[in-house]
Amino acid sequence: MKVLMKGNEALAHAAVSAGCRHFFGYPITPQTEISAYMAKTMPKVGGTYLQAESEIAAINMVLGAAAAGVRAMTSSSSPGISLKAEGISYMAGSDLPALIVNVQRGGPGLGGIQPSQSDYWQATKATGHGDFQILVYAPSTVQEMMDMVGHAFDTAEKYRVPAMILADGMLGQMMEPVTLPEEKTAEASSKPWAACGHDNKREHNVINSLYLTPNKLEDLVLERYARYQKIQETEQMAEEYKMEDAEMMIVAYGASARVARGAIMQAREKGIKVGLVRPISLWPFPVDAVRSNGQKVKDILVVEMNMGQMVDDVRLAVECRTPVHFLGRTGGMIPSPIEVLKKIEELASKSK
Amino acid sequence: MAVVFQKPKALTDAVMHYCPGCTHGIVHRLVAEVMDELNIEGRAVGIASVGCSVMCYDYFACDMIQAPHGRAPAVATGVKRAKPDSVVFTYQGDGDLAAIGTAETVHAATRGENITVIFINNAIYGMTGGQMAPTTLPGQITQTTPYGRDVETAGNPIRICEMLATLDGVALAQRVNVNDVKNVRLTKKAIKKAFQNQLDKKGFSIVEVLSTCPTNWGLSPVESLKWLEENMMPYYPLGVYKDWEAQK
Repeated sequence: MKVLMKGNEALAHAAVSAGCRHFFGYPITPQTEISAYMAKTMPKVGGTYLQAESEIAAINMVLGAAAAGVRAMTSSSSPGISLKAEGISYMAGSDLPALIVNVQRGGPGLGGIQPSQSDYWQATKATGHGDFQILVYAPSTVQEMMDMVGHAFDTAEKYRVPAMILADGMLGQMMEPVTLPEEKTAEASSKPWAACGHDNKREHNVINSLYLTPNKLEDLVLERYARYQKIQETEQMAEEYKMEDAEMMIVAYGASARVARGAIMQAREKGIKVGLVRPISLWPFPVDAVRSNGQKVKDILVVEMNMGQMVDDVRLAVECRTPVHFLGRTGGMIPSPIEVLKKIEELASKSK
Repeated sequence: MAVVFQKPKALTDAVMHYCPGCTHGIVHRLVAEVMDELNIEGRAVGIASVGCSVMCYDYFACDMIQAPHGRAPAVATGVKRAKPDSVVFTYQGDGDLAAIGTAETVHAATRGENITVIFINNAIYGMTGGQMAPTTLPGQITQTTPYGRDVETAGNPIRICEMLATLDGVALAQRVNVNDVKNVRLTKKAIKKAFQNQLDKKGFSIVEVLSTCPTNWGLSPVESLKWLEENMMPYYPLGVYKDWEAQK
C-alpha cells in the first residue's frame, strides 16, 4: 500500500522506523516538518525529541547520544549546518556514527529559503576542520528520502563514520506516494566502544578526539582513511537512466536530476541520444559509474542548483577525457527542463 | 597492615599532568571519592571539557567523553537522554563553562537537565597560557589584560552561581573552595549532594569550586591560596545560592 507523504515527513517517519529514538534539533526553514514530526512522534514511541538552544547544542547532544551508543540524529538547513561543523568534526574524530540531515536552501549567509544544492562542497569536501570525510547521500524522490535513512544509519554504524542526507527544500516540501519501510525495533548493532557506563565489567571507554602526540594522531587518521578507502571501493551508489545508447551524459543528483530526467525525455523525442548518471552517494562519489559511462560519450553535462560545485568531481572521474559542461541556477532558483533541453540541443549541434 | 589511606577506585593509575599547587587534583579526588561512596562508577559517564582538565578522561575510571569547547552540558544532555539510568557529570573550567559555553550551561540548567556540573573557577585560562577568563577579576593582570582587567573595555566578570540560581530547573547552585581542610570537607559534601540530587532526579546541580592557578598567576602555591582568599573570595562569596531542599 502506498501513502502520500511530504519529503520531510517521509524522512522523519523512516528515521523512527529505522530505530532512531533520539532527535535533537533547532527550528529552521525548510526542514521544519522533520522537527514537527519528531516532536509529535517521539513521545509516543518512548523516544526523545529535544529542541536545543542552538544548532551547536543540538549537534553536541547528538554527539553525546551517539557516544552513549544509540541511534541519534539532527536535521537542519544550510546556515544551521555551518554551525554544526564543529560537532561533525568532533564526531568524525571520535568515530561516532550518527545522521545529520541538510534540507538545503540558497546561500551564502542567511541566503534564502528556496531549494538549493549549494552545500555540495561543504558536505563532500569540508563539513568541518581536519582530515575527514562523512557519508553523503542525495535522495531524488520522496521514496528515496525514506529509503536513504535506514541505509545511512546502517552504513554509518558499519564504518563508525557520521552520515549526512543532503536533500533540498524541493524534496523536503513535495508530496509523493511512498511505500513505508519495515519497522526496526532494536538497535541495529552492538557497540562495545560506547560510553554508557562500564558496569564494573570492563575497562573504561573513552570517546575522544584529542591526541597531543602527532604520530599517534597521524596513525589514527591513517586508520580512518583505510576505512574511507573501503567505503570508496564498496559503497558508491548511482542510478543510470537511458545510458545504453547515449552519446551525451548528464550528471545530476537530487532535485536537479528530476529536472534533467524531464529534459532527457524531451531530447530523446527529438532524436538526441542523451542519458543520465545520477549520483546517489555524493561521498563516496560514484567514480566508477561516472567514469565508465563518461568515457563512452562525446559530451558530459552537469546540472546543479548551484554554481557548478560537482563539476570538478566529474572531470576527475573521467580524467578530463570527455569535455564536461555545466548548467546551473543558484540562489534558490531551479533550472527548468526547457533550459536543460536547450543546453542539450546546443551541445548536440556542436558535436555533430 | 591496615590500609588507612588509599587512592579512590574511581581514579585510574595515570599520572596527572597538573602543575604543582593546582587544585584540580584535589577536586578530581573528591569527585572520585564521591563516586566510590555512592557506588556509581559503573553507571557514571563523565564529560571532559576543553582546557587544563581536558585529559581528565584519562584520570577518572568511569566511561568518559571529551566534548568540544563549551559544549559539555549539551553532550551530557545527549548521554542522559539516551541512557536515563546513567549518572552523568561534566567537569568544566571557567572559560569553557562561562564564556564559550554560556548558552549550553544556561539552557541545560533551565531545562532542569538531570546532570551534575563541576565548575572550576580559577579566574584565568590555564591551558592556553594565562589569558583573561570571563571570571578574571577587575584589575587582574593576565596575558591579554597586561595592564589589569579594565572593566570599561574588557567588561565585568560573571558570577555563575548567582545567575543560575534564578533559573527554575536548578536543584543546587553552590560555591565552595578547597583552600583549607574545612573547606575541602565542605566541597566534598557539596559534590556528594550534587550527585545525590541526580540519583534522586532533582534536576541540574552545579558546584563551583574556587581554584588556584599558581603557574599562570605567577605565584607560589602558598601565595596562590592567599591571593584566592584575599581577592577571589570577596568577589565570589562562598555559599549555597540555590538548594531545592531549603526551598521546600
